[in-house]
Amino acid sequence: MEFTLKTFIFYGFALMTIASALVVVTVRNIVHAAFSLMVTLFGVAGLYVFLQADFLAATQVIVYVGGILVLILFGVMMTSGHFEMPTHVKSHAERGQILLGGVVSLALLMLLLTVIANTPAWKNLTDDGTELPPTTERIGELILNGQFLLPFEVVSVLLLVALIGAALISRKEVRD
Amino acid sequence: MTLQHYLVISAILFTLGIFAVLTRRNAISILMGIELILNSCNLNFAAFSRFMTPPEDISGQIIAIFGIVLAAAEAAVFLAIILAIYREFGSIRPNEVDTLRG
Repeated sequence: MEFTLKTFIFYGFALMTIASALVVVTVRNIVHAAFSLMVTLFGVAGLYVFLQADFLAATQVIVYVGGILVLILFGVMMTSGHFEMPTHVKSHAERGQILLGGVVSLALLMLLLTVIANTPAWKNLTDDGTELPPTTERIGELILNGQFLLPFEVVSVLLLVALIGAALISRKEVRD
Repeated sequence: MTLQHYLVISAILFTLGIFAVLTRRNAISILMGIELILNSCNLNFAAFSRFMTPPEDISGQIIAIFGIVLAAAEAAVFLAIILAIYREFGSIRPNEVDTLRG
Protein backbone atom coordinates (compact mmCIF):
# COMPACT_ATOMS: atom_id res chain seq x y z
CA MET A 1 0.00 0.00 0.00
CA GLU A 2 1.53 3.29 -1.05
CA PHE A 3 1.45 6.22 1.33
CA THR A 4 -0.75 8.84 -0.24
CA LEU A 5 -2.30 11.85 1.44
CA LYS A 6 -5.48 9.80 1.94
CA THR A 7 -3.81 7.05 3.96
CA PHE A 8 -1.96 9.71 5.96
CA ILE A 9 -5.26 11.37 6.91
CA PHE A 10 -6.81 7.98 7.67
CA TYR A 11 -4.03 7.13 10.11
CA GLY A 12 -4.39 10.60 11.62
CA PHE A 13 -8.08 9.99 12.33
CA ALA A 14 -7.36 6.49 13.68
CA LEU A 15 -4.64 7.80 16.00
CA MET A 16 -6.85 10.69 17.14
CA THR A 17 -9.71 8.30 17.96
CA ILE A 18 -7.61 5.80 19.89
CA ALA A 19 -5.45 8.32 21.76
CA SER A 20 -8.43 10.38 22.94
CA ALA A 21 -10.33 7.21 23.93
CA LEU A 22 -7.30 6.27 26.03
CA VAL A 23 -7.51 9.68 27.72
CA VAL A 24 -11.25 9.16 28.34
CA VAL A 25 -10.65 5.96 30.30
CA THR A 26 -7.58 7.07 32.26
CA VAL A 27 -7.86 10.77 33.21
CA ARG A 28 -9.24 11.54 36.66
CA ASN A 29 -11.07 14.78 35.91
CA ILE A 30 -14.53 13.98 34.52
CA VAL A 31 -14.82 17.24 32.54
CA HIS A 32 -11.50 16.51 30.81
CA ALA A 33 -12.75 13.00 30.05
CA ALA A 34 -15.96 14.43 28.53
CA PHE A 35 -14.05 16.81 26.26
CA SER A 36 -11.71 14.00 25.24
CA LEU A 37 -14.77 11.92 24.41
CA MET A 38 -15.77 14.71 22.02
CA VAL A 39 -12.47 14.23 20.13
CA THR A 40 -13.11 10.48 19.99
CA LEU A 41 -16.59 11.01 18.55
CA PHE A 42 -15.25 13.40 15.91
CA GLY A 43 -12.58 10.83 15.01
CA VAL A 44 -15.20 8.12 14.54
CA ALA A 45 -17.19 10.55 12.36
CA GLY A 46 -14.05 11.01 10.23
CA LEU A 47 -13.73 7.23 9.87
CA TYR A 48 -17.36 7.13 8.68
CA VAL A 49 -16.42 9.65 6.00
CA PHE A 50 -13.65 7.29 4.89
CA LEU A 51 -16.25 4.51 4.67
CA GLN A 52 -18.28 6.81 2.38
CA ALA A 53 -21.12 6.92 4.91
CA ASP A 54 -21.77 10.66 4.69
CA PHE A 55 -25.21 10.70 6.32
CA LEU A 56 -23.94 8.51 9.16
CA ALA A 57 -21.02 10.89 9.78
CA ALA A 58 -23.35 13.89 9.94
CA THR A 59 -25.72 12.03 12.29
CA GLN A 60 -22.80 11.06 14.50
CA VAL A 61 -21.68 14.68 14.88
CA ILE A 62 -25.18 16.06 15.44
CA VAL A 63 -26.52 13.41 17.82
CA TYR A 64 -23.39 12.50 19.77
CA VAL A 65 -21.48 15.76 19.94
CA GLY A 66 -24.54 18.00 19.91
CA GLY A 67 -26.80 15.88 22.08
CA ILE A 68 -25.31 13.11 24.19
CA LEU A 69 -22.13 14.99 25.10
CA VAL A 70 -24.09 18.06 26.26
CA LEU A 71 -26.29 15.71 28.29
CA ILE A 72 -23.19 14.15 29.91
CA LEU A 73 -21.79 17.59 30.77
CA PHE A 74 -25.15 18.57 32.32
CA GLY A 75 -25.03 15.36 34.34
CA VAL A 76 -21.53 16.20 35.57
CA MET A 77 -22.60 19.72 36.54
CA MET A 78 -25.72 18.64 38.39
CA THR A 79 -24.27 15.74 40.35
CA SER A 80 -20.81 16.72 41.54
CA GLY A 81 -19.93 20.01 43.15
CA HIS A 82 -16.30 18.96 42.90
CA PHE A 83 -15.28 17.81 39.43
CA GLU A 84 -12.19 15.95 40.60
CA MET A 85 -12.51 12.42 41.76
CA PRO A 86 -10.79 12.00 45.13
CA THR A 87 -7.06 11.90 44.48
CA HIS A 88 -5.94 10.41 47.77
CA VAL A 89 -3.87 7.26 47.81
CA LYS A 90 -5.63 4.44 46.04
CA SER A 91 -7.04 1.80 48.31
CA HIS A 92 -5.98 -1.81 48.02
CA ALA A 93 -9.32 -2.84 46.52
CA GLU A 94 -9.17 -0.03 43.97
CA ARG A 95 -5.73 -1.07 42.75
CA GLY A 96 -6.87 -4.67 42.55
CA GLN A 97 -9.89 -3.60 40.51
CA ILE A 98 -7.73 -1.69 38.04
CA LEU A 99 -5.33 -4.64 37.73
CA LEU A 100 -8.17 -7.12 37.20
CA GLY A 101 -9.94 -4.84 34.71
CA GLY A 102 -6.70 -4.33 32.81
CA VAL A 103 -6.02 -8.06 32.58
CA VAL A 104 -9.57 -8.83 31.45
CA SER A 105 -9.57 -6.08 28.80
CA LEU A 106 -6.10 -7.02 27.52
CA ALA A 107 -7.19 -10.65 27.18
CA LEU A 108 -10.31 -9.51 25.34
CA LEU A 109 -8.22 -7.34 23.01
CA MET A 110 -5.86 -10.23 22.25
CA LEU A 111 -8.85 -12.48 21.50
CA LEU A 112 -10.44 -9.92 19.17
CA LEU A 113 -7.18 -9.22 17.34
CA THR A 114 -6.57 -12.95 16.84
CA VAL A 115 -10.05 -13.39 15.41
CA ILE A 116 -9.64 -10.35 13.13
CA ALA A 117 -6.24 -11.52 11.86
CA ASN A 118 -7.27 -15.13 11.23
CA THR A 119 -10.77 -15.01 9.74
CA PRO A 120 -10.31 -15.96 6.06
CA ALA A 121 -13.41 -14.14 4.79
CA TRP A 122 -12.16 -10.78 6.13
CA LYS A 123 -8.75 -10.89 4.48
CA ASN A 124 -7.68 -8.84 1.49
CA LEU A 125 -10.79 -6.69 1.33
CA THR A 126 -9.32 -3.41 0.15
CA ASP A 127 -11.04 -0.10 -0.40
CA ASP A 128 -10.57 0.42 -4.13
CA GLY A 129 -11.31 4.11 -3.80
CA THR A 130 -14.28 4.23 -6.16
CA GLU A 131 -16.59 7.08 -5.25
CA LEU A 132 -20.11 6.04 -4.37
CA PRO A 133 -23.14 8.31 -4.78
CA PRO A 134 -24.36 10.12 -1.63
CA THR A 135 -26.30 7.84 0.67
CA THR A 136 -28.90 10.25 2.08
CA GLU A 137 -31.54 9.69 -0.59
CA ARG A 138 -31.29 5.91 -0.46
CA ILE A 139 -31.40 5.90 3.35
CA GLY A 140 -34.57 8.01 3.30
CA GLU A 141 -36.07 5.69 0.69
CA LEU A 142 -35.25 2.56 2.72
CA ILE A 143 -36.46 3.98 6.04
CA LEU A 144 -39.70 5.61 4.90
CA ASN A 145 -40.67 3.43 1.96
CA GLY A 146 -38.74 0.21 2.21
CA GLN A 147 -37.70 -2.68 4.35
CA PHE A 148 -36.81 -0.54 7.39
CA LEU A 149 -40.21 1.12 7.83
CA LEU A 150 -41.27 -1.08 10.76
CA PRO A 151 -38.00 -0.66 12.77
CA PHE A 152 -38.24 3.09 12.14
CA GLU A 153 -41.72 3.26 13.65
CA VAL A 154 -40.74 1.04 16.58
CA VAL A 155 -37.70 3.21 17.29
CA SER A 156 -39.84 6.35 17.26
CA VAL A 157 -42.14 4.83 19.88
CA LEU A 158 -39.06 3.80 21.89
CA LEU A 159 -37.76 7.37 21.80
CA LEU A 160 -41.11 8.64 23.08
CA VAL A 161 -41.05 6.07 25.90
CA ALA A 162 -37.46 7.01 26.83
CA LEU A 163 -38.39 10.72 26.81
CA ILE A 164 -41.39 10.29 29.11
CA GLY A 165 -39.51 7.82 31.32
CA ALA A 166 -36.51 10.10 31.73
CA ALA A 167 -38.72 13.07 32.62
CA LEU A 168 -40.67 10.95 35.11
CA ILE A 169 -37.61 9.46 36.82
CA SER A 170 -35.67 12.70 37.17
CA ARG A 171 -38.50 15.01 38.34
CA LYS A 172 -38.67 16.16 41.92
CA GLU A 173 -40.92 14.25 44.28
CA VAL A 174 -44.39 15.74 44.39
CA ARG A 175 -45.57 16.31 47.95
CA ASP A 176 -49.33 16.03 48.25
CA MET B 1 -7.37 0.82 3.78
CA THR B 2 -8.60 -2.70 4.36
CA LEU B 3 -11.49 -4.01 6.39
CA GLN B 4 -9.05 -5.16 9.06
CA HIS B 5 -7.87 -1.59 9.72
CA TYR B 6 -11.38 -0.60 10.76
CA LEU B 7 -11.90 -3.80 12.75
CA VAL B 8 -8.69 -3.24 14.73
CA ILE B 9 -9.65 0.37 15.56
CA SER B 10 -13.09 -0.83 16.60
CA ALA B 11 -11.64 -3.64 18.74
CA ILE B 12 -9.38 -1.16 20.57
CA LEU B 13 -12.31 1.21 21.21
CA PHE B 14 -14.40 -1.71 22.50
CA THR B 15 -11.66 -2.87 24.86
CA LEU B 16 -11.11 0.64 26.24
CA GLY B 17 -14.86 0.92 26.85
CA ILE B 18 -14.89 -2.41 28.71
CA PHE B 19 -11.91 -1.23 30.78
CA ALA B 20 -13.73 1.99 31.71
CA VAL B 21 -16.88 0.09 32.70
CA LEU B 22 -14.87 -2.36 34.84
CA THR B 23 -12.61 0.10 36.66
CA ARG B 24 -14.31 3.51 36.93
CA ARG B 25 -15.78 4.55 40.26
CA ASN B 26 -18.13 7.20 38.90
CA ALA B 27 -21.40 6.47 37.12
CA ILE B 28 -20.86 9.17 34.49
CA SER B 29 -17.44 7.75 33.59
CA ILE B 30 -19.11 4.36 33.20
CA LEU B 31 -21.61 5.98 30.82
CA MET B 32 -18.69 7.30 28.76
CA GLY B 33 -17.30 3.75 28.57
CA ILE B 34 -20.67 2.47 27.35
CA GLU B 35 -20.70 5.19 24.67
CA LEU B 36 -17.26 4.03 23.49
CA ILE B 37 -18.55 0.44 23.21
CA LEU B 38 -21.62 1.55 21.23
CA ASN B 39 -19.42 3.62 18.91
CA SER B 40 -17.20 0.62 18.20
CA CYS B 41 -20.29 -1.44 17.32
CA ASN B 42 -21.56 1.22 14.92
CA LEU B 43 -18.13 1.50 13.31
CA ASN B 44 -18.17 -2.27 12.75
CA PHE B 45 -21.61 -2.12 11.13
CA ALA B 46 -20.51 0.65 8.76
CA ALA B 47 -17.23 -1.13 7.90
CA PHE B 48 -18.89 -4.47 7.14
CA SER B 49 -21.53 -2.66 5.09
CA ARG B 50 -18.78 -1.04 3.00
CA PHE B 51 -16.57 -4.09 2.46
CA MET B 52 -18.73 -7.22 2.65
CA THR B 53 -21.83 -6.20 0.68
CA PRO B 54 -22.31 -4.76 -2.82
CA PRO B 55 -21.89 -0.97 -2.84
CA GLU B 56 -25.57 -0.24 -3.44
CA ASP B 57 -26.56 -2.18 -0.29
CA ILE B 58 -26.38 0.22 2.67
CA SER B 59 -28.47 -1.64 5.25
CA GLY B 60 -25.46 -1.78 7.61
CA GLN B 61 -25.36 2.00 7.73
CA ILE B 62 -29.07 2.12 8.57
CA ILE B 63 -28.52 -0.33 11.43
CA ALA B 64 -25.75 1.98 12.66
CA ILE B 65 -28.17 4.94 12.58
CA PHE B 66 -30.64 2.93 14.66
CA GLY B 67 -27.73 2.20 17.01
CA ILE B 68 -27.10 5.93 17.42
CA VAL B 69 -30.80 6.47 18.21
CA LEU B 70 -30.70 3.72 20.84
CA ALA B 71 -27.54 5.23 22.35
CA ALA B 72 -29.30 8.60 22.66
CA ALA B 73 -32.31 7.05 24.39
CA GLU B 74 -30.02 5.05 26.67
CA ALA B 75 -28.00 8.12 27.65
CA ALA B 76 -31.16 10.10 28.49
CA VAL B 77 -32.56 7.37 30.76
CA PHE B 78 -29.13 6.67 32.31
CA LEU B 79 -28.66 10.32 33.28
CA ALA B 80 -32.22 10.54 34.63
CA ILE B 81 -31.48 7.54 36.87
CA ILE B 82 -28.18 9.13 37.94
CA LEU B 83 -29.99 12.35 38.93
CA ALA B 84 -32.55 10.38 40.94
CA ILE B 85 -29.78 8.39 42.67
CA TYR B 86 -27.86 11.57 43.44
CA ARG B 87 -30.93 13.13 45.02
CA GLU B 88 -31.49 10.00 47.12
CA PHE B 89 -27.92 9.13 48.17
CA GLY B 90 -25.95 12.35 47.64
CA SER B 91 -23.38 10.43 45.61
CA ILE B 92 -23.07 8.70 42.24
CA ARG B 93 -20.36 6.23 43.20
CA PRO B 94 -21.89 2.87 42.31
CA ASN B 95 -20.48 1.04 45.34
CA GLU B 96 -22.19 3.44 47.77
CA VAL B 97 -25.61 2.63 46.36
CA ASP B 98 -26.29 -0.64 48.14
CA THR B 99 -29.90 -0.60 49.35
CA LEU B 100 -30.55 -3.98 47.75
CA ARG B 101 -27.44 -5.58 49.28
CA GLY B 102 -28.43 -8.37 51.66
